[in-house]
Formats: sequence, C-alpha cells, structure tokens
Amino acid sequence: MVIVSAAAVTGGIGVVCGVLLAVAAKLFAVEVDQKVIEVRNALPGANCGGCGFAGCDALAAAIAAGKAPVNGCPVANKQAHEKIASIMGVTADESEKKVAHVMCQGCDTVAKQKYEYNGVPDCKAAAAVMGGNKSCDKGCLGFGNCKVVCAFDAIEIVDGLAVIDKDKCTSCGKCVEECPKAVIEFVPYKNNVIVGCHNKDFGKAVKDVCSVGCIGCKICEKNCAFDAIHVTDNLAKVDYDKCTHCMVCVEKCPTKAIQGDLLSRKKAFIVEEGCIGCTICAKNCPVSAIEGELKKTHKVDPDKCIGCGVCATKCPKKTIEMK
Amino acid sequence: MNLISLFITSAIVNNIIFSQFLGACPFLGVSKKIDTAAGMGIAVIFVITLASVITYIVQKAILDTLGLQYLQTIMFILIIAALVQFVEMFLKKSAPGLYQALGIYLPLITTNCAVLGVAIINITKEYSFIEAMVNSVGTSLGFLIAIVLFAGVRDKVDNADLPESLKGSAISLVAAGLMSIAFLGFSGLQL
Repeated sequence: MVIVSAAAVTGGIGVVCGVLLAVAAKLFAVEVDQKVIEVRNALPGANCGGCGFAGCDALAAAIAAGKAPVNGCPVANKQAHEKIASIMGVTADESEKKVAHVMCQGCDTVAKQKYEYNGVPDCKAAAAVMGGNKSCDKGCLGFGNCKVVCAFDAIEIVDGLAVIDKDKCTSCGKCVEECPKAVIEFVPYKNNVIVGCHNKDFGKAVKDVCSVGCIGCKICEKNCAFDAIHVTDNLAKVDYDKCTHCMVCVEKCPTKAIQGDLLSRKKAFIVEEGCIGCTICAKNCPVSAIEGELKKTHKVDPDKCIGCGVCATKCPKKTIEMK
Repeated sequence: MNLISLFITSAIVNNIIFSQFLGACPFLGVSKKIDTAAGMGIAVIFVITLASVITYIVQKAILDTLGLQYLQTIMFILIIAALVQFVEMFLKKSAPGLYQALGIYLPLITTNCAVLGVAIINITKEYSFIEAMVNSVGTSLGFLIAIVLFAGVRDKVDNADLPESLKGSAISLVAAGLMSIAFLGFSGLQL
C-alpha cells in the first residue's frame, strides 16, 4: 500500500507540475517574430558583442525591429549581410566598415619613460602603478592586453606599441574594452589619415613626454583645404567624413603626430580624349595644380597635386582618374 | 531564537558557501565578473525564497499528512525544477526587464544544490513558516555576499603574476578556501 501512495503522490505532483507548465507555456507565450529567428540563424552566433548589443539574439531582435542596420554585425561576411537583408526585404547598402586603431605612436624609442617598470607584464597591472610607466598619461603601454583578447590575431606589439592590422580586424571591440588607457578607437577602414595621439595637454607638456605627440599647434587646421581637421582641447581630430586623404596635414605636422602613408598618395591624371576644357577642375583645385586654357586639354602638375580627388568628383565628363 | 539573529546567522555565520559548502558550482562558475556575480546572486535570492515557500507548503500539507517524508528529496527537486521553469516563463511575459537581467541565470539555478539545501534545512531544523522565510532570504543573501566578494578577489587575482600551473580554477579554489577560513571567524559569534 505504501508504495502505491508514494507512487501516486510523486506521479500526481509530477502531473500537476507538468500540466501547470503546459498551461503556463500557452498562457505566457511570448510572440516571437519569425524574422527574429531567421535573422538570428543568419548571424554568426559568436555572441562577441561587437555590434554593441548584448549578443546575437539581442542584435537579431533589434534588426527585426528595424532598430539596427541589416549589416549591424561587424563579424558577419557580405553573404550573411545580404541574407539578412533579403529576410528583412531591403537591399544591403555597404555600410562603412570600421576598424580598431591605436591612437598612439609613442613606441619605446620616442616616448619617455616615467619609471622603470619591472612588474607583471600586463597593461592593467602597469596602469595601476601611477598610470603606467610611460610618461604620457594617454599613451599605449604596450604590454599587449589587447593582443591577448584579440580572437583574430590582428594585433602585434612592435617596439612597445600595439599595432592593429586593419585587414584582420573585425571591429569586435574586445580590445577597445580591454585597454586600460582607452587608447584604441574605431576609425573608418577607408581612412588612413589619423591623428595618432590622445594627449590633450599643452604643447610643451606633450613635447616633454613624447616626440610624436599632438601639440595642438593648429598648423594642420590652417592648412586643411577641406575643413576636415580641427584642434579642440589641444588635440587635433580628423573629421573622417570630410577628409579627402590629401595628406597635407601629414606633411605639415611638425611632430609627425598625424599618421598617413605619403607614398600611397594618389595623383590626379586627366585622360586627354575626354577633356573638354571646361576649367571646372582647375577652379576647384585647392592647390592650383591644374592648368589649361578654356576648351583645351588641361594638365595636372604632379608636383603640386596632393591627390585630394576634388577635381575627379567635380569633372562633368568623369575623365579624371586618381592613380 | 529571534528572527534578526536567525537572519544574521544564516547570512554570515552559517554562510551557505563558506561554511555549508553548498552551491559551490555557480559560485566558481559565475564569479568571473562582479556584475554577473551580482546578477546571479539576486536571481538566487529570488529562486530560493520562492522555492522555500512552495516546498514548505508541500512538505506540511502533503508529505507530513500522508507520512511520506522519505520522498522529500525527490519531491523537492521536482518542485524546484518545475518552479524555475514556471518563473522563467512568467517573467518572460510579465517582466521582460527582470527577465533580461536574470534570464540566463535562472536555468542555471535549477540544478543549484543551495536551493534544495535551504529547502531541506528549513524542514529539518523544524522552523516555523516565518522562520523558514527569514532563513531562506538570509541564506540566499549570504550567497550573494559570498559570490560578489569572491568575484572581487578573482578580479585581482587575474592580474597577478602566477605560476602557470596555478592559473585559472586552481588559484580560484585556493582563494575560495582562504575566504572560507576567513568566514570561519564568524562561527564564534553568539547570537
């Protein structure tokens, strides 16, 4: 008899729990949008948080609700973006890819040391001792915490300075989060003119700690023909939307704080057959590098040309090539 | 025994982790960051309190009246598992904010022995209903205290220069042991 009542009670409570749960599942069912599930399946599922949401589920919900762009996932490849776009019924316009960039050029040879650090080779540990061993309070400490957290092997430590390979970077944001000095920022992939400094001190104070720091001299601001670089709080910042990569600022910067590969600079080149001699390019050239009379083929002076590409965008015949 | 001393005893003196060694799995598993540790702790308070209410009623109303006390363990496990599932569904519908905060921790707690432990202690110590509730809240608060303190310790340990073989779980267990010894100091308190 005892065994019957034991079985009855256990079974009974089990059935009651089961029925309750079944009823609750119906009663408290939350309508999940079919789109959310489909979008979720198209996402990589790494839950890296690089999109700024709590994980792939949260991003999928935001995309389905129209609160995030269809290509909001920085890790997913183009096919995945297109798939999500087709689920959402829109076309994926290639949004600007962003990559992480170390806003510091203070490698061991140019940045002064505050003291000799012999502790644990760890940025956070070093930062806990008077803000780190580099004299500059904003600089990269170079112990490579970012390198450790980077899942894509995109970060190298070169001469006490983290350097990010922008082709390997997936902009997951792990390094940005990890860096105790907050020296890593997102910059557009296409942009290669970047002020590699975070120091907002006055000129002399910057000079005292690092030879490649931004001293806030405003030479770049004065020389920029496109209003694309501004000095606020003694620190120059490039307006990536306006910058045309003419690299005049890179040339003029007295401390070489502005990063930019001058060798990769492009030159304007006028295809003779197409030119109608309208002079629009010559009028728009910020450095007067284009000469030519009305209705005659124009010529670009390669020594003067800074490769800003303004002429190419203004040319009505699209006959100017940037090489 | 008055309720205040029962509360302090259950939270600190008889700390569920450091002196009763229950719930060590989530204690080690979810203590890597202070934020998540606090989230887990709050979810545990929520579940332990609810589970204690239900199990206490089931024990008194069904098991004791039918003389089936030996079914206690299996019944309590059944009830706790069903309850956590139910609470998860309920929160998802009615309190999405709370669900977001506790969401991932709730299923983890289903198998947390601390929940079962508290439910059984409430019965074996022959507490009244009010005492059982105070004991549940106190014990789960003790879990919150322990896991948040431990997460803080692990945060520091992560930056320490350790021998390779001690890294990770090994040093965590050593640290947990040392914290347990520290909490032993409370056992002399006469409340």
